[in-house]
Amino acid sequence: MIHVENLTKYYDDFCAVEQISLHIKKGEILGLLGPNGAGKTTTLRMLTGYFLPSSGNIRVKDFSIDKHPLEIKQLIGYLPESAPLYNDMLVYDYLDYVARIRGLEKDERAARIRHLVGLCGLNNIMHKTIGELSKGLKQRVGLAYAMMSDPEILILDEPTSGLDPNQIVEIREIIRQIGKQKTVILSTHILTEAEATCDRIVIINKGKIVADGSTDMLKQSVGADKVIHLALLDADAASVQERLGDLDGVCRVEPANSSGDDSLTFKLICTGSGDVRKRIYETIKQTDWVLTEFYPETKTLENIFLELTREN
Amino acid sequence: MHQIIQIFKKEFKDYFVSPIAYIVISVFLLVTGWFFFTTFFIYNQAGLRNFFSLLPMMFSFVIPAVTMRLFSEEMKLGSYEILMTMPVTFRDIILGKFLAGVVFVAAMLLPTLAYPICIAFMGPLDWGPVFGGYIGAVLLGGAFCGIGLFASSLTRNQIVAFIIGMVICFGLTLIDKMMFFFPQSLLSVIGYLGANFHFQNIAKGIIDSRDVLYFLSVIFISLYATHLAMQEKI
Repeated sequence: MIHVENLTKYYDDFCAVEQISLHIKKGEILGLLGPNGAGKTTTLRMLTGYFLPSSGNIRVKDFSIDKHPLEIKQLIGYLPESAPLYNDMLVYDYLDYVARIRGLEKDERAARIRHLVGLCGLNNIMHKTIGELSKGLKQRVGLAYAMMSDPEILILDEPTSGLDPNQIVEIREIIRQIGKQKTVILSTHILTEAEATCDRIVIINKGKIVADGSTDMLKQSVGADKVIHLALLDADAASVQERLGDLDGVCRVEPANSSGDDSLTFKLICTGSGDVRKRIYETIKQTDWVLTEFYPETKTLENIFLELTREN
Repeated sequence: MHQIIQIFKKEFKDYFVSPIAYIVISVFLLVTGWFFFTTFFIYNQAGLRNFFSLLPMMFSFVIPAVTMRLFSEEMKLGSYEILMTMPVTFRDIILGKFLAGVVFVAAMLLPTLAYPICIAFMGPLDWGPVFGGYIGAVLLGGAFCGIGLFASSLTRNQIVAFIIGMVICFGLTLIDKMMFFFPQSLLSVIGYLGANFHFQNIAKGIIDSRDVLYFLSVIFISLYATHLAMQEKI
């Protein structure tokens, strides 16, 4: 549905986005992840036609952004970061204005507004000035705005930034509902959010794509090393190092921060092949050590993110 | 066309939702009324010449204040991004906002129609220059709105937009009074640039195509410059 090819954007000399290529299929919920200043917003702004790319091309369906920007804008509903809506307008007036600009006919307009009010929960605030609304409510009005023309593609820039946990859950719920029928692209730097809402995650760092795939794929792809956490009572660090470090498949043993009681905790870095847990357990069984904790570290998206976006 | 009307309606309504409209209109009416009527009875003539001779000067202050928010506010608020990503062209946006400014200026002039009506009761009023004056005022207002809109598209700071707009409008108004600064050979060109000169021609009641063309060119050039300024940002 959306084809992005070698997209590059320079701000004067600074390269904000470098050679990004992406193919987004219909019905996907794509999460654009990255640290601050990675180029997420710039990428989205180019997708929506707000910025022109310095080089590269964007095609949405059969339209190319440099030749048919209006047709593309018609297909896209876009909510910029922090929902910059007109503060002086009433919620109803604003939605009505948007519906008119989007070219909805009179009957259609009323029905559409009513539908969106239900979906985004705006019933009680239709007569309020947008400037008076709390951030979460404003965000919901913004969502209603973005969906006004029933667009095939919805682009949301940090839709949950600055919201409280309850509001985040609500907005995510709305996004997931929309995502059943539409293509959704959202940017965020909150990892759990991407994990919870997106089918596919693209991680950008310094303007380049560093990872692309579903959460599961990403978890497998990064780093072959496994880490096992151990906590032992009645043991001394030196002999643990010696005994477990010699085991086949264990690269090194690192002391870790103690969890507070008398036990010593360790991190065992193991090479990928085979399960070493059996050997570790049997080694410990031969000693007088008391095993209090023993668990493999699960690769979270957070670890992957840190690993991929670390400063070298 | 449809989009131009929607943007025009929104911008025009915005003037009256916030207090700006009422403040600007009151100040305009107070100041023009004061200057006009303090000398009106001294001249003892049933005419609006004094009123129209003041108008370019008044407009150079008032109109940039009316237009300064049109783009600057949107850029400051960030709603500019929303506007630009809706399916509207630059042309729709510029013309919609420009029309809102012009119609607002016309609305501001509307109460001053009370002057000629009152004066008509006091003495024989020559309606020709009055009609000419109002047509000229709308043209002049249009030209200054274009300039103000351009100034607004340059910056996100409304005060800066106001000052830039005011300086340009003021320059065009006063340029034909500062001829002695310029070399002899340029005088005819510089004289033609003066907004006041063309406006006073029309206000005499003679609608000459050259004067109309002058105002239309100023409008066209300033709107085109706005278009370029917007293009620069994407």
